Amino acid sequence: MHTIVSKQCLSPNVTRLDVQAPRIAQIRQPGQFVIVHHSEGAERIPLTIADADPAAGTIALVIQSVGKSTRDLVALEPGQAIADIVGPLGHPTEMIESGRALCIGGGVGTAVVHPIAQGLHKRGVKVTSIIGGRSKEWVIFEAELRRLGEVIVCTDDGSYGRKGFVTDAAKDVLAGGGIGIVYAVGPVPMMRAVVNLTKPLGVRTIVSLNPVMIDGTGMCGGCRVSVGGETRFACVDGPEFDGHGVNFDELMDRLSAYREYEQKSLACAEENCRLKQTLPS
Amino acid sequence: MPGKITTKERLQINRQKMPEQASTARAANFEEVNLGFTEQLALLEADRCLQCKDPRCMAGCPVNVNIPRFIGLVSEGKISEAAQCLLCDNALPAITGRVCPQETQCEIVCVRGNKSTPVGIGYLERYVADWARNHSDQLTATKAPATGKRVAIVGSGPAGLTAAGELVRMGHDVTVYEALHKPGGVLVYGIPEFRLPKKIVSQEVQRLQSAGVKIECNVVIGRTYTLPELRERFDAVFIANGAGLPVFMNVPGENLKGVYSANEYLTRVNLMAAYQFPNADTPVLHGKCVAVVGGGNVAMDSVRTAKRLGAASAMIVYRRTKNELPARAEEVHHAGEEGIQFEFLTAPVEVIGNDKRWVTGLKCVRMKLGEPDASGRARPVTIPGSEFVLPCDIVVVAIGTRANPLLTATCPDLKLNKWGNIVADEAGMTSLPGVFAGGDIVRGAATVILAMGDGKRTARAMDEYLKSH
Ligand SMILES: Cc1cc2nc3c(=O)[nH]c(=O)nc-3n(C[C@H](O)[C@H](O)[C@H](O)COP(=O)(O)OP(=O)(O)OC[C@H]3O[C@@H](n4cnc5c(N)ncnc54)[C@H](O)[C@@H]3O)c2cc1C
Ligand SMILES: Cc1cc2nc3c(=O)[nH]c(=O)nc-3n(C[C@H](O)[C@H](O)[C@H](O)COP(=O)(O)OP(=O)(O)OC[C@H]3O[C@@H](n4cnc5c(N)ncnc54)[C@H](O)[C@@H]3O)c2cc1C
Ligand code: SF4
Ligand code: SF4
Ligand code: FES
Repeated sequence: MHTIVSKQCLSPNVTRLDVQAPRIAQIRQPGQFVIVHHSEGAERIPLTIADADPAAGTIALVIQSVGKSTRDLVALEPGQAIADIVGPLGHPTEMIESGRALCIGGGVGTAVVHPIAQGLHKRGVKVTSIIGGRSKEWVIFEAELRRLGEVIVCTDDGSYGRKGFVTDAAKDVLAGGGIGIVYAVGPVPMMRAVVNLTKPLGVRTIVSLNPVMIDGTGMCGGCRVSVGGETRFACVDGPEFDGHGVNFDELMDRLSAYREYEQKSLACAEENCRLKQTLPS
Repeated sequence: MPGKITTKERLQINRQKMPEQASTARAANFEEVNLGFTEQLALLEADRCLQCKDPRCMAGCPVNVNIPRFIGLVSEGKISEAAQCLLCDNALPAITGRVCPQETQCEIVCVRGNKSTPVGIGYLERYVADWARNHSDQLTATKAPATGKRVAIVGSGPAGLTAAGELVRMGHDVTVYEALHKPGGVLVYGIPEFRLPKKIVSQEVQRLQSAGVKIECNVVIGRTYTLPELRERFDAVFIANGAGLPVFMNVPGENLKGVYSANEYLTRVNLMAAYQFPNADTPVLHGKCVAVVGGGNVAMDSVRTAKRLGAASAMIVYRRTKNELPARAEEVHHAGEEGIQFEFLTAPVEVIGNDKRWVTGLKCVRMKLGEPDASGRARPVTIPGSEFVLPCDIVVVAIGTRANPLLTATCPDLKLNKWGNIVADEAGMTSLPGVFAGGDIVRGAATVILAMGDGKRTARAMDEYLKSH
């Protein structure tokens, strides 16, 4: 059992949970993730290790509630526990040892970019982060990233920072030259847009892929993605890949496979909720 | 009563039939197909055993179950002694009694098979093991005094569990590390509920735990801890991480929506209980017409699962003929009864999809049997110009699994063969001192009982090793 020691609301649908997982806190590296299983009957879902405190034995999970499983997790309160957390899984991020890196985070992807920026900063790499959200209240991890270097914030509605998409800001930064590597984590269309920018410039771009996973050990093959024309298992070969080779259309398509089921799952859960609320306690 | 029955009388008894759920009913539920012997059936079947002085059946069993002895005790009505006797040789009899390919192991060599049908050794084993599960309080476990030696086991499949059971009995301190959140390996994620209820696996695991085996789930060796770390913290290590790497067909269209590896399909349904969706959270795609590629136990389990999930048509696509099917005979028979279709001498060449990238069919070619290959089986050859499309909306690929490189990749000095399996000698010793291996990671995908045989043999070798180190 993994007890939740603190819970913090970061944006209207993003919650940070600091959870006990001492071994993982000790050895995790940027880019790695865990698979979380709320309790018997729940799904196993992958979540990036956004931060860790080895002394306290905790890891930080930053969760965007999009469906049944993520909602159930963020409904947990400090003192309650998650049944199973396994990890750290996946390969650590490929890092450069010097020079300048551009880290781009969209939405909850910003939490994934954070440990990468941490790792780069530790090595002495100069980090510029571009982070974005719909509007001011959706921007997360700004303060944490400011400790590691320059941060450019973008909002779709211009309510905070620069108005527009993270790709607009990225275009300007790249035009200035000197960027050795780009890390882009966020919604698939955002990662694809970044890759479309960097490909003609020949700037190496690492993206973190988020296919549906189950075991996370390479056993089921459900997380397969096409990179450079080859089938790879994101849980063991990734989750980060050279963005220039990724087949994003296929990834988007495969992510939609369970849409009908996801809606049903959520509807049933809400039905249950309502039932519970009407029951005398 | 013992001695009262003559050999002639024994020879006159016919093999007793296993009571089972009617095929129409069971094809729509996930409950166990076989219902188990009643006491009366068990006594009759036990009386068929000739109590051979030189029992050939035992040589056919990889863990050397003392078959005549436990069956003799059953026929004498001494069920508790029969259970003690069985458990002494076989750590997981409720499991082997259900899934062993008896027809190619112990029963094939039973003398009664010469003139009529062999003794139903598997059915009797199941009967005794089920009694033991329900009367665990009446069984005594003997345990050697603590040796102070610590053993780590990687993987909680049949090989790991068997070794763990043997090693604690020898007085060693045993910890099993399992990557998934539930112990059992293929027994929990692969073999379906209707063949092996998960409750039975968890009861067998609990029995080992109460005997002193420690099991830590959610630990991936190669990630959470490395093999070198285990070697530092333990006196010996047994690697039994199975052959969990799905093989795909490498044909166009394999990443369309609706194509599963058997591992994924079965893991969703078994480990994650997707057949109970939405009461369990993990979904599985339900197809109207499901094509399963392959002919082994894994393929049979997948196709019968598809039928139970409501597929109007569920079929096996196999490139050889019925005679070459590697699955257990009973499963093929049960599948037939449940209305599973078989497309023999057929090999897929492409998965076809629509503009939304959902599967709509499997393009196949017809085959004919040619010269025997290295395994002695006739090699299938393509008939030119025989292409056709089998309409279907789900494709499950069950053409085999290979060694998963996750662990071995983190330990470069561990010797592997060209397929990535760990090289181990007869005693299970690998190229690294104190590191042993067995089960599917050494053999490639094999059987539960061979994995258990490895676990048992290696436990003895490890005991020797621990005494001298
Ligand atoms: C390596 C990896 C790391 C991840 N890290 C994080 C993280 O740090 N924080 C976070 O909030 N999420 C992360 N995700 C995504 C997260 O796992 C999914 O959001 C979650 O599984 C959705 O489950 P659900 O039941 O709540 O939603 P569902 O009802 O299953 O799905 C809701 C919607 O989310 C999409 N979706 C479904 N499964 C996934 C998936 N695996 N990944 C992305 N979108 C999905 C679907 O398109 C669907 O429309 C990560 C995914 C991967 C593979
Ligand atoms: C669907 C299906 C049906 C089958 N039906 C039959 C049958 O009817 N009869 C029969 O005899 N055989 C059958 N088999 C084959 C049989 O199940 C296997 O041969 C047997 O389970 C192998 O046992 P094992 O202990 O070597 O490995 P497994 O059972 O594969 O167990 C290995 C365990 O190790 C864990 N693991 C893997 N990597 C790591 C790691 N790095 N760290 C920690 N843990 C790890 C895995 O999660 C797993 O739990 C079937 C197989 C399948 C897939
Ligand atoms: S374990 Fe398997 S091979 Fe051995 S006696 Fe039992 S059924 Fe037969
Ligand atoms: S060979 Fe057959 S008849 Fe003889 S002891 Fe074994 S089970 Fe009994
Ligand atoms: S999640 Fe199963 S292989 Fe990657």
